Amino acid sequence: MIEENIQRFDIRDYLRTHLFPHFMCPGCGHGIALRALLWAIHELGISKDKLAIISGIGCSGRTGAYIDAHTIHTTHGRPLAYATGLKLARPDLEVIVITGDGDCLAIGGNHLIHACRRNLNLTCLMLNNETYGMTGGQVSPTTSNDRFTTTTPLGNYEPVFDACALAIGAGASLVGREITMHVTALKDLMKEGISHQGFSFLEILSDCTEIYGRKNELGESAEMVLSQKANYRSDSYGNQVDEPFKPRDITTGILAKNDRVEYLDACHQHKMSKLQKAMNT
Amino acid sequence: MSISPENELENLEGNHACAVAAIAAGCRFYAGYPITPSSEIAERMALELPKVDGTFIQMEDEIGSMGAVVGASIGGVKAMTATSGPGFSLKQENLGFAAATEIPCVIINVMRGGPSTGMPTRPAQGDVMQARWGTHGDHPIIVLTPCSVKEIYEQTIRAFDLSETLRVPVVVLFDETIGHLIETIDLSQTNNRKLVERKWASGPQEGFQPYAMTEDSIPPMPRPGDGYRTHITGLHHGESGFPTQDPGQVERFIQRILGKLDQHRQQVESYEAFECEDAELLVVAYGITARAAKRAVKQARAKKIKAGLFRPITLWPFPETVFCSLAKGTKAVLVPEMNAGQLNLEIERHCSDSTRVIPINRFDGEPIAPGQIFEKIQELVSK
Repeated sequence: MIEENIQRFDIRDYLRTHLFPHFMCPGCGHGIALRALLWAIHELGISKDKLAIISGIGCSGRTGAYIDAHTIHTTHGRPLAYATGLKLARPDLEVIVITGDGDCLAIGGNHLIHACRRNLNLTCLMLNNETYGMTGGQVSPTTSNDRFTTTTPLGNYEPVFDACALAIGAGASLVGREITMHVTALKDLMKEGISHQGFSFLEILSDCTEIYGRKNELGESAEMVLSQKANYRSDSYGNQVDEPFKPRDITTGILAKNDRVEYLDACHQHKMSKLQKAMNT
Repeated sequence: MSISPENELENLEGNHACAVAAIAAGCRFYAGYPITPSSEIAERMALELPKVDGTFIQMEDEIGSMGAVVGASIGGVKAMTATSGPGFSLKQENLGFAAATEIPCVIINVMRGGPSTGMPTRPAQGDVMQARWGTHGDHPIIVLTPCSVKEIYEQTIRAFDLSETLRVPVVVLFDETIGHLIETIDLSQTNNRKLVERKWASGPQEGFQPYAMTEDSIPPMPRPGDGYRTHITGLHHGESGFPTQDPGQVERFIQRILGKLDQHRQQVESYEAFECEDAELLVVAYGITARAAKRAVKQARAKKIKAGLFRPITLWPFPETVFCSLAKGTKAVLVPEMNAGQLNLEIERHCSDSTRVIPINRFDGEPIAPGQIFEKIQELVSK
């Protein structure tokens, strides 16, 4: 376990401030998620030199570039594939993937389910803003029902993907969800995910105020963040028994955690026992 | 079968020779997806890599395997994947990322009949243009075409050396016939060779420009963990590595990545010229077809016909200067290919109006026989 860093957190120590002003729209939740991540990295005492941030395409994909680490902005939907290669080649690096709902669940869905199954020691942060913000606000696999987007002019009628349920089903050994309203809880969840030995999947509900919010009259950024609070249910599936869920209810916290053997550990154990025997005979 | 120096002569299948060569070249990462007729490469890599502390992974798909290869190479490990037509199509986007971000990697394409699923167990040479232009946008790429098991071994090693030193993706392109051909090769020459290392960044970390113009147009690569903390992006980037839309910076970036192959053309180009000096009739062929062509040329010479064979080993960039000098003054150039006519277009581009370019094409899943080429030579001479 890494020792907690008790130095005061100054976000500027972890940012490439020379790239400012940043590209994010006013009210975008991605900046809050970014702050929580850097705070978590700080408290975990992870060296920036040993940190690799891998992202895909979209608003989430551009977020990684502001981190003063080894940042890799890959192709659409593929950051988990790149991260798998990098982590296998360089287990000494802390590899964190920043992806979005479209990047991770639509074009990159296959990589997600297999990353969950393999259980390689990666952390996948999926910033869910329910839309393709970078391309102008099209429908995504997580767009809520009846929401208007540029490709659902009559409202969305497609079923919504539950990313965490998918990750649990595919075998991720740590799955959690948090809202950007809870910055401290989000930071703590990220710390949990990063220090977990195995594949961690964290869904972060991040508002797209400028495109999705405006089109659906969800109010200004403060109102959107407050509505997160109105819909959330604290902590895991254990607390959900008292009343039935409403469609937009959000369960937060750690939703699943197990100590299934990590991919490289499994690989090492196999190599030691079986291959060594075969080579000696 | 081992690759120890005392066993110098080995009977190897082309695909196995490719895997053994990759290990000899220092490849320590393989990500792939099963596809006929290339699967033996993955199978052999799965066997060999654990012995040298390397990593083998069978990914969820062709796209993921190409992504993992580029990811591993970013980490500083020599990495490779192998595939065939349909898989090669799927790999193109991440191959383009490697070309734009200058991440070394080697892609083996064992060609089968196409388009689409085509004829998985039959040979073809239909991916010649795809290998050059498969990914979108202007990009540098090197394509090598071996014609024997021995040459698969040599060119696979060379693919790694070129990719690592020039920071360009290298495709090794051969057909099912050679991939499944078993021939004896001598491994003694290459077993103890010095490994080629990529040029790593050193010196001050402050103000380091990962894509700075250098004399050789190849910027040294920062290794993660070495303190440079750089940015890699498929977006057009300036010397700093960060995205830019500044026309000047974009132009310099594209000019440099395309220009580096011109600058290092001598190192990249390779070919075989057989009986070309006084040739009035030239046959241009590559891969298994070149072996049939060589026999046809020998038959022609026995009949006092002045025929020659030009065999590009580096298919792209095409060794045009040497080809032009050999083709000058010839009456006809024959281009036999196991496709509907691809390289013949490149050949036409380099020939003067007085030289006729005559394609010989076959795309029925059978290799071109020497007789088919010899007949055409005789027909041309008798006219």
